[in-house]
Amino acid sequence: MRQTYHYHPANFDLSEPNKFEAASLRPEEMIINLGPQHPSTHGVLRLEVLSDGELVKDVVPHIGYLHRCFEKHAENLPYNQIIPFVDRMDYVAAMNSEHAFAMGVEKMLGLEGQLPKRIEYIRVLVAELNRIASHLIAIGTYGMDIGAMTPFFWVMRDREHILRLLEWTCGARLLYNYIWIGGLFYDTPIGFEERCQEFLNYFRPKVDELETLLVNNKIFIDRTANVGVLPLALAINGGITGPMLRASGLRFDLRRVDAYSVYPELDFDVPIGTGQMGQVGDCWDRTWVRLAEIRESIKIIEQCCVQLLNNHKRTRDFDPQALVPKKIRPKAQELYVRAENPKGELGFYFRADGKSDIPFRCKARGPSFVNLSILPEISRGVLIADLVAILGSIDIVLGEVDR
Amino acid sequence: METPIQQWLEANNLSGAVVPNCQPATFILPADHLLEVLTELHTQPAFFFDQLSCLTGIDNGPEANTLEVIYHLYSIPFNQSLAIKVIVPRENPVVPSVAHIWRTANWHEREAFDLLGIRFSNHPDLRRILMPADWEGHPLRKDYQEQTSYRGITVKYDREKLYE
Amino acid sequence: MSATQNDSWVYKESLGNGGVIIAKLDDLLNWSRLSSLFPMTFGLACCAIEFMSTGSTPYDMDRFGMAPRATPRQSDVMIIAGTVTFKMADRVRRLYEQMAEPRYVISMGSCANCGGPYWQHGYHVVKGVDQIIPVDVYVPGCPPRPEALLGGIMKLHDKIRGESILTSRS
Repeated sequence: MRQTYHYHPANFDLSEPNKFEAASLRPEEMIINLGPQHPSTHGVLRLEVLSDGELVKDVVPHIGYLHRCFEKHAENLPYNQIIPFVDRMDYVAAMNSEHAFAMGVEKMLGLEGQLPKRIEYIRVLVAELNRIASHLIAIGTYGMDIGAMTPFFWVMRDREHILRLLEWTCGARLLYNYIWIGGLFYDTPIGFEERCQEFLNYFRPKVDELETLLVNNKIFIDRTANVGVLPLALAINGGITGPMLRASGLRFDLRRVDAYSVYPELDFDVPIGTGQMGQVGDCWDRTWVRLAEIRESIKIIEQCCVQLLNNHKRTRDFDPQALVPKKIRPKAQELYVRAENPKGELGFYFRADGKSDIPFRCKARGPSFVNLSILPEISRGVLIADLVAILGSIDIVLGEVDR
Repeated sequence: METPIQQWLEANNLSGAVVPNCQPATFILPADHLLEVLTELHTQPAFFFDQLSCLTGIDNGPEANTLEVIYHLYSIPFNQSLAIKVIVPRENPVVPSVAHIWRTANWHEREAFDLLGIRFSNHPDLRRILMPADWEGHPLRKDYQEQTSYRGITVKYDREKLYE
Repeated sequence: MSATQNDSWVYKESLGNGGVIIAKLDDLLNWSRLSSLFPMTFGLACCAIEFMSTGSTPYDMDRFGMAPRATPRQSDVMIIAGTVTFKMADRVRRLYEQMAEPRYVISMGSCANCGGPYWQHGYHVVKGVDQIIPVDVYVPGCPPRPEALLGGIMKLHDKIRGESILTSRS
């Protein structure tokens, strides 16, 4: 099998040609290729940087190195079998993606609002745990990009606790297949809520430590304040959502705007960027918004645990798969559902043709895809080191960019 | 939301029908009026759809012989969602580009071109975005057949033939 | 003279204040190679997150002498963590050819082993990274647990222990 593979370096230009041609450059300009493999931990993203050696004149992101054909799979598999593929799109926050997908299909089937409150609270609990995990990775790897190694190890240590909790619930550390259409795969194990509360008590001071070590660090502030400022009008026009939009000053959170699941009954704030260390919408604001959202998620999880222990206790005859339909055959309709992923607005567009249990079209609107498209606009005229800082603050996951 | 938009369409002699069973409310427009209507929806203070959530391309299959582009718009101040649909023939699918209205559309239209073959006129930079530049075919079409090999690597293995 | 039971391949002798170790050249080379395998940070997809977890507490690759290097020129082992797509295939090959011998490849996760869950309808997924480069150890899982990856590294250690400088690797 391997003998037939034909490798030649000239094929690189055929498969992914540069946008700028070397012949049309001015004498002092050069094309620098931050290729698909690089020391930062974002994944396979290629940046073609047109620079004069010091400043970035233009940057062209080349994506598609992780295009795994999610939409083709979604056109060939029944609704409930698509959930593992939804997981693998945003692989650091898989529960939120599953939540959005399951909500969409339940709306199509008319199951919206009929699920027992216990299931909804468990869904929100694991989704918020995953939100904390995703923001921790964002902050930790951003520190590593800037040059700080220690926060990365602290972050991975705390994230291990979250992954162990989730593994205790559903058996997998990273890609869960837990939130099913119409319910959950399993109920939470006995003692789960108490362990969650113990974890929160352990974790609260750790967030303060992380803030002192990294976010309020003088070097970090020098590297990220006033860098990559995203004006609010550009953000809205570019379709930016999530912590990036909130860091530019708009208090817009889909958990409050759309009020889905049990979020209306929970009490939490929506942090926005205020230009504390520089301008509103710079890289420091985005990191600070993510850290503040970790604190809000801790509040939400605490309230969910209290609700699950007192009001919606586990009973012997509670079956999380009670409302999971055997054959998912929605009527012919089109639906666009959106939810607040840690990266932004995750949207699914479904078209059901009413005749089969396979969607006619399922399009995933990945927040990282849209957030990355704004990179050329906010990084013109910055130093190359600042370009790395801006890219890290956008917090992309290539699985979602390429789908 | 449908009534003010329908009234505005009738007042300007533009045809647009509501599609049933759609969430959010969806209008079908012909391709030549698309740019005018979308510019109005973006700028007029009564509507003010400032965010383009998603731009989807759909292949209706070789029997229906059409391709569709669906624009999902969202207005942050009014908290209103809307979807606009455009249907084009399969042989020469050309849709005007809205990349100058919403920057989101830039990459979404490149993706629709890459995976479905829909051409967007006046797009600033229409190239393939997800697939390699020398890939043959548009993968998300219903009648897409994978090429046998790319650079010598087999693209698709047939499950039945594997165990012969 | 002291020869302990554990060091079956090494014969230690002490002369005065110093010592002499007698061992086969093969064993010495293999032991030094497997004790400091520098992996290249080649995370493609979800398995990269588990690879990062393996490098940090509590699974810690560093106790095996594995410190990640970003450049292929200075690394010994390439851990293909994640899905290889056709667009990425040429780049994987180029990085493999930039590594200096002796070089090893661990294919981590089912996407790198055989195409993984994208086997059936993935038009852009290479069905296994062994279509492109020769692989030494396959680690199954989706994603493999950090312990599984460490087990794969142990298997690679076993493979290296059995090598000899007289026989060529490829």
